[in-house]
Amino acid sequence: MTTKLMGQPVQRVEDQRFLRGGGRYVDDVLAGSASDTGQQVLHAAVLRSPHAHARIVDIDVDAVLDLDGVHAVWTYEDLAGLSAPMADPLPLLIPHPALTHGRTQYALARHEVNYAGEAVAFVVADDRYVAEDALARIHVSYEVLPPVVGIEAARAAEHLVHDDPDDPAGPVPGNVGARLEQSTGDAAAAVAAAPHRLALDLEVERSACTPLEGRGTVARWDPDTDRLQVWTSTQSSTGVRAAVAVKLGLDLGQVDVVTPDVGGGFGVKINHPWPEELLVPLAARALGRPVKFTEDRREHFVSSAHERAQVQHVEVGFDDDGRLLGLDVTFWHDHGAYTPYGLIVPIITSTQLLGPYKPEVYRVVFESLYTNTVMVTPYRGAGRPQGCFAMERTIDAIAAYLGKDRAEVRAVNFIQPDEFPFDQGLIFQDGRELEYDSGDYPQMLEKIKALVGWDEFPAFRAEMAEQGRRVGIGLACYVEGTGVGPYEGAHVHIETTGKVKVATGLTTQGQGHATVFAQLVADELGVRFEDVEVVTGDTRRMPYAVGTFASRAAVMSGSAIHLAAKRAKEKVLRIAADALEADPADLQIVDGVVSVKGSPGAALDLGTVSVLSNPLRYAFDEASKAATQFSVGDPGKPPVAEDDEPGLEGRDFYSPERATFASGMHAVIVETDPDTAEVKILKYAVVHDCGHLINPMIVEGQIHGGVAQGVGGALYERMAYDESGQLLNASFMDFLMPYVSEVPDGIDIDHLETPSPLNPLGIKGAGEAGVIPSAAVFAAAIEDAERIPITAMPISPSELFELRRTHDRPVVEPAETPHPPKETP
Amino acid sequence: MKPAPFAYRRPATLPEALELLAAEPDAKVLAGGQSLVPLLSMRLAAPGLLVDLNSLPDLGEINVAPDGVRVGALVRHADLLASAEARRVQPLLAMALAHVAHATIRNRGTTVGSIVHADASAEMPAVLSLLGGSVTAESASGSRTIPAGELFVGPLESSLRPDEVATSAFFPALPPDTGVGFDEVARRHGDYALCGVAAQVRVVDGAVAAASAGYLSVADVPTVVDLTEALGGAVTDASLAAAGEAALEHLDPAADIHATAAYRAQLVRVLTARVLRAAYADATTEGGSEA
Repeated sequence: MTTKLMGQPVQRVEDQRFLRGGGRYVDDVLAGSASDTGQQVLHAAVLRSPHAHARIVDIDVDAVLDLDGVHAVWTYEDLAGLSAPMADPLPLLIPHPALTHGRTQYALARHEVNYAGEAVAFVVADDRYVAEDALARIHVSYEVLPPVVGIEAARAAEHLVHDDPDDPAGPVPGNVGARLEQSTGDAAAAVAAAPHRLALDLEVERSACTPLEGRGTVARWDPDTDRLQVWTSTQSSTGVRAAVAVKLGLDLGQVDVVTPDVGGGFGVKINHPWPEELLVPLAARALGRPVKFTEDRREHFVSSAHERAQVQHVEVGFDDDGRLLGLDVTFWHDHGAYTPYGLIVPIITSTQLLGPYKPEVYRVVFESLYTNTVMVTPYRGAGRPQGCFAMERTIDAIAAYLGKDRAEVRAVNFIQPDEFPFDQGLIFQDGRELEYDSGDYPQMLEKIKALVGWDEFPAFRAEMAEQGRRVGIGLACYVEGTGVGPYEGAHVHIETTGKVKVATGLTTQGQGHATVFAQLVADELGVRFEDVEVVTGDTRRMPYAVGTFASRAAVMSGSAIHLAAKRAKEKVLRIAADALEADPADLQIVDGVVSVKGSPGAALDLGTVSVLSNPLRYAFDEASKAATQFSVGDPGKPPVAEDDEPGLEGRDFYSPERATFASGMHAVIVETDPDTAEVKILKYAVVHDCGHLINPMIVEGQIHGGVAQGVGGALYERMAYDESGQLLNASFMDFLMPYVSEVPDGIDIDHLETPSPLNPLGIKGAGEAGVIPSAAVFAAAIEDAERIPITAMPISPSELFELRRTHDRPVVEPAETPHPPKETP
Repeated sequence: MKPAPFAYRRPATLPEALELLAAEPDAKVLAGGQSLVPLLSMRLAAPGLLVDLNSLPDLGEINVAPDGVRVGALVRHADLLASAEARRVQPLLAMALAHVAHATIRNRGTTVGSIVHADASAEMPAVLSLLGGSVTAESASGSRTIPAGELFVGPLESSLRPDEVATSAFFPALPPDTGVGFDEVARRHGDYALCGVAAQVRVVDGAVAAASAGYLSVADVPTVVDLTEALGGAVTDASLAAAGEAALEHLDPAADIHATAAYRAQLVRVLTARVLRAAYADATTEGGSEA
């Protein structure tokens, strides 16, 4: 019997290719030589606004026209003539009733620019060098307007981001795009009635996904067939396809979108269509030549998307044990200049803030605010890191106030294993109830305490103090809604060679889908892992799909693939049973051979079954000859029966009622340098529950990557905007993405598997988990080392040094208890 | 991020290179390109002509003599870092070079190029200044030696003329009874330092006879401060603290997106003490830096 691959650390089939330079990314498409139409690819470049807020008075492109090698130069005024829908703003992908003032940008700015980096003009030239020469010759006259930068300025609303008198959508009063409140009761009253009360003011700064491959799009128009082929670095090829069709006035059937290898997404590539994803196909059609746009690093910083910035105010009431009696949270979310991705991020913050806890009464209200900065769309974690930060800082403050162990205060607030499914009484980001399906938080807490050495830490701290070293420990817990709908589909095709071709529509940006999905198919069909090939993100192979985000690929496509393989298997068994004159229940499939259990002579391989499934009158291969010894079907009926189809295929879709909730706990031990305030990570521990593991090695890889990004977000990265709205660190020199030298040498990982009852495999998502508790856990550990309240993240050595000065904390031994937070008057 | 158009020449002899530079005032010299190429790509520099030195003979040599180390214009940081001979004569070179960016950049970037780029955040200008080294510059009109003290005139500004090529740098040998040290604090491994300190201390009969330190990232130009008086002959907590304060009188730590001025001043204090202590230990250790 073949070993089950589910749960095995199967080596990634992708890695040989990636590690040997065989990856094929968008910029590799139609690279170098003339394409097969004999035409060299043209290259596009975008002129971007140097101002954060300005009216466009005039654009003069005359100086570009006499530059050799330029094929097109377009501004907003040109768009309607190329395709009428291009004159409208870009789509607002996810509307919400609370988003009363949603705004999206135009593919090229119309009257006004609202962030430094907004697209103003588009040039197509022989190569990118000439295209950039052309950009330098475009003269734009701007009337500079006062910019709104940061949450404080947005709230003050002294100036408005959107008050363009020519904007048909009208102004946005108070810079407030949306206000949304949810509650499970009268939280203010519950706080007021509680024996103890605390108030916290917290802040999280901006960071960004920063995938190593930026955005990129290639398009080729085929005039012979009236079809458009697009390659783009996206997290939703079906989404881009639909957007391109609508905006170019094409039928969906005329547009194919293929997503080749993607060098990281982390959320930023789920937003679509980017202006360039429309302008490149438009140019390919207009010019009759293939066109390519490959974004550079600076463009990615100033014109894609950021996340994370929030200011939070927490009021909490609790009893002597630290039990949460009332939790009243208000926060302000900086969504940048536009809202193409709706309210997903702040809704996730407001709901996932609760983590594994069950406050008696909870109320949350947020305002989503416009600023003249790069727009905000989901970045790995998607609002959860901020929610986790608010909740975990609150629990730590309660523990400090009561003089209790921080783990103990968490434990008294946990949802218990026998309480699932647990309804938090809120509406989640997918519009469904926030109902946790499964988990075991008390057991998880015991595991993380053991893994990090929680109970032994006081002795370690004392030992370090004797050497003049300062250490601290932090703990943070989270729950993550993963695998949101609406659906994904899969197509499984067993060819006459016996090889299995699998297609699912969502895209891949390095997760290892080709490996884990093949594991599932190999298990279900009884074929060799090597004989399964998985294709993702190609609308020609699977036109119905949603996308890769929200830790949903394994849950959604994994389940769909499992179901599709099951259907294929049913057909295999039906045909083989007919051919072998056996009962389907007596058949087994092992290593691609169907046989009758207990009688090894009666067997045929899957390739033969595939031939038999398709009553073709021509024979081409050995499998066809081999099949001639069998006969299937009822000679009294048509060759393809009424309720049947030719071919050995299975196709199915998975559409869950609601999200499945993964969970985890992180703990970190840090050392802070008493002199330089540098923070060193001594130990990082993770306990993680994503239900059944398909491939533990890949799950651990996801955790490693998430922790690395989390270290960046907690200790290194920020978007340094000045008051005029210029991003001062738009390069990898000054945006401090951690190197391998900055992330922990080792991460201790332990798993817990509480299966999800919502899908056939019992799995939950794992992609984002590693990054969610980082800000919270580092703040806790640094606070523990320094005995100074840490209320804003990220934190740099310079900021920690300044905090020490503010709190008048020179080099001294740590006190017994942390600095107590202020009690609400 | 593609450069504006420029002409490119790769001369085979130094006179030919010097002629090109004399004829074209808008030319730039290319050696390792670790600073120039990004500047070109971001269109922050748009010279009309690039004169690539990489085919010139003899400029790739490291000449180690008892009085010091002469480093040719095409010597990569990695080659100098790997030179045991150079390390023996002047151990500060390797100590500082280990902090210059990352291995891949050190494989391509040149030490002389880094010096004449005159970045006050770079390690090797500070080292050259501390050691009292010099740069040899050639032009069509002749050759001259520029002492480090006259080389660095402002932020990213050297006294090298546009028609000159810096053909080598000279780092004096470690004098007798002397120890050296280097340390810096950067946000990430290999980043430009928030503050860096190189120091040399001469010890006679256990007492500090002379001490000086070179500072990077805390002034507009690499800055050397004589700390002999501040130390008062001894290395103690108090004298090291005094040395830090004395150094700050000559420095001008500035705020940027990575650090406040006060934090940089703190690093001056901390690193001055650490590096002077290390240099003192180096001077008093049997066998010195070779140990």
